Amino acid sequence: MFSFCSDPETLGTVGWFSCYLTTGVHFSFYISFFKVLLLLAITAPVALSFGFLGAMAARSHFAPLRWLGKFYIAIVRGIPDIAFFMFFVIALDQGFEWVRHKVLCPDWDQPIRQGADFLVCSSAKLPLGSSPEWIHQTYGFFLAVITFAIVFGAFAANVLYGGMRAVPHPQLETAEAYGMSRRQTFWRVLVPQMWVYALPGLSNLWMVLIKATPLLFLLGVEDIVYWARELGGTKTPKFTAYPHGDWRMWYFLFLLVFYLGFTRISEIVLERLMVRFTHGQATTGGEKQRKAGGAIT
Amino acid sequence: MSCFQTIQDYGLRSIGIGERLLPKESITLCEQFTLIGSGMIWNIYYGVIALATGFFLATALAVAKGSNRRIFRKPAEWFIFLFRGSPLFIQFFFAYFLFLNLKGTHPFFGPFTAAWLGALVVLFLNTAAYSGEIFYGALRSIPKGDVEAADAYGMTGWSRFRRIIWPTMLRLAWPAYTNEAIFLFHATTLVYFSSFPAWRQKGDSLYYARYFADKTFNPFIPYPILAFYFILLTLLIIGFFGLINKRLNRHLPTERRAKTRGLPNLLR
Repeated sequence: MFSFCSDPETLGTVGWFSCYLTTGVHFSFYISFFKVLLLLAITAPVALSFGFLGAMAARSHFAPLRWLGKFYIAIVRGIPDIAFFMFFVIALDQGFEWVRHKVLCPDWDQPIRQGADFLVCSSAKLPLGSSPEWIHQTYGFFLAVITFAIVFGAFAANVLYGGMRAVPHPQLETAEAYGMSRRQTFWRVLVPQMWVYALPGLSNLWMVLIKATPLLFLLGVEDIVYWARELGGTKTPKFTAYPHGDWRMWYFLFLLVFYLGFTRISEIVLERLMVRFTHGQATTGGEKQRKAGGAIT
Repeated sequence: MSCFQTIQDYGLRSIGIGERLLPKESITLCEQFTLIGSGMIWNIYYGVIALATGFFLATALAVAKGSNRRIFRKPAEWFIFLFRGSPLFIQFFFAYFLFLNLKGTHPFFGPFTAAWLGALVVLFLNTAAYSGEIFYGALRSIPKGDVEAADAYGMTGWSRFRRIIWPTMLRLAWPAYTNEAIFLFHATTLVYFSSFPAWRQKGDSLYYARYFADKTFNPFIPYPILAFYFILLTLLIIGFFGLINKRLNRHLPTERRAKTRGLPNLLR
C-alpha cells in the first residue's frame, strides 16, 4: 500500500508490520468485520419480528396457531443451536431448489432424490451455475441471515412471550373496562408496556447473538474466523513477500479482544436504553426515577 | 446386516471400540441412530466433567467477586468478563492454537492439543465463569435475616459459609444453574468444529450427524435424530436437577419453593 513496501525484506519492524497489515488479503479480513456487523444489523430486527409473530401466535385463541407458537418457542430450548444452523442451511437450500424445480421444470420425470443425490434441473439450481462469484457469496450470506433469524426468533419469541405475560393484568382489565377491543388492548396497552419487562431478556439475547456470529464460519461464509485462520497460518517465502510462522493464535487473540470490546460497548448502550425504557413505568425502577426528578440520563 | 449387529459394531465407535470404517453406502436408519447415539458419549463426557469441576471454581469465583478485598475481587471480575464476554467458539480456537504453540516449547502441553483434554479445559473455565456469575447474583440476594441469625448463633467464617450462606446460595441459584447446565451440554457440540481434530473419526454426536448429512445429502434424518437425543438429554438434566432442587428446598413449605420449570428462559 505504501511506496516503501516494494521490498519488505529491507524494512524494520514497524515498517514491516505497517506493510504486512495493509496487504490486499488483510483488507478482505477487515471487510469481513463489516460482514459480521451487517449480519447483526439485518438479523436483529428480522429475528425480533419473527419473535413477535411467535409470541403473538403463542397467545392466540385459535388452538392450532397457539400450538405452533408454543412449539416454535419450546423447540430451541431442547436442541443445540448449532444443530439448527447446520440443518437449516441445507434444508432451506434444498427447499428453495425444490420449489423452483417444481415451478420451472414441470415436465421433469425423474425423482429428485436418487439415493444419496439431490438432483434438480439445471435452471432450478440456486444460484445458477453460470452466475458470478459474488452472487454465490450473497446467496450464502442470505441463507445465513434466514437461519440466524429463525433460531434467534424463537429465543426472542420466548422472551417477548414472557414480557407480555409480565404486564400487570389490571392494566388489561382497565383497558377492557374502557371498552377497548382485544386488538386495541393489545396494541395500545400491552405492547407499549411489554418492552420494559422484555428488555433484560432481549439485551441478554443481543449478547448471545453477538457471540453466535462466529458460527457464520460453519455456514460457509468467508467471515472473520475464516480469514483469521487463512492469514494466521504459516507462510513460506515461496508464496508471499511476508513470510511468518504460525500466528493463528495472535489472530484469534485479536478476535477475542474485538468481541470483548463489542460486548462491553453493547452492555453500556443497553444499560442506557433500560434507563430510558423504565421512564414513566409502574415498576420499582420507574418509581425510583420519578422520585429522583425524572431526568433521563 | 441386522440392527443388533450394527449396534455391536458402532455402539462404541466414538471411543474407538468396534468397526473402524464408518458406513459409506446405503446408510440405514439404524446405523444413523447408533452412531449419533455413540457420539453422545462425548457430549456427556464433556458436559458432566466440566460441570462437576466447574462447580467448585464457580463457587470460589462467586465468593471472590463478592469479596471486599480488591486483590480477590478484581481477578474474579476479569475472569468472568473474559469468558462471558467472548464467544465460546473463539475461545476454542484461541485455546487450540495457544496449546499448539506451547507444545512447541513445552512437551507437557502435548495432550492439551487433543480435544478430550484441551476442549475440556476450555469448557471447564467457561462454565465456571457463567455459573460464577449466577452464584454471585444469588450470593447478593441471600436474605439478610439468615446471615444475622448465623451471627447471633456465634457462627463465623467457614462454618457460617458452609452451613448458612452456601446452601442458601445454591437454593437461590439452582433454577438458573439448571439452565446453564442445559446450555453447557448444548455447547459441547461445538468442540469438533473448532480446530480440535476428531482423531480417527472419533467425534461427538453432531460430528456424526454432519457426516451423515454430507454423505446422504439429506439433512432431514440425521439432525432430527440428534434433536431427539438432545431433547432426551435435556429432559434428563431437568429431572436430575429437579431432584437436587427438591432436596435443597426440602425445609420450605411447598408453595414457597422456587420451581425449576416454567421460569423465563435465562440465556447464556
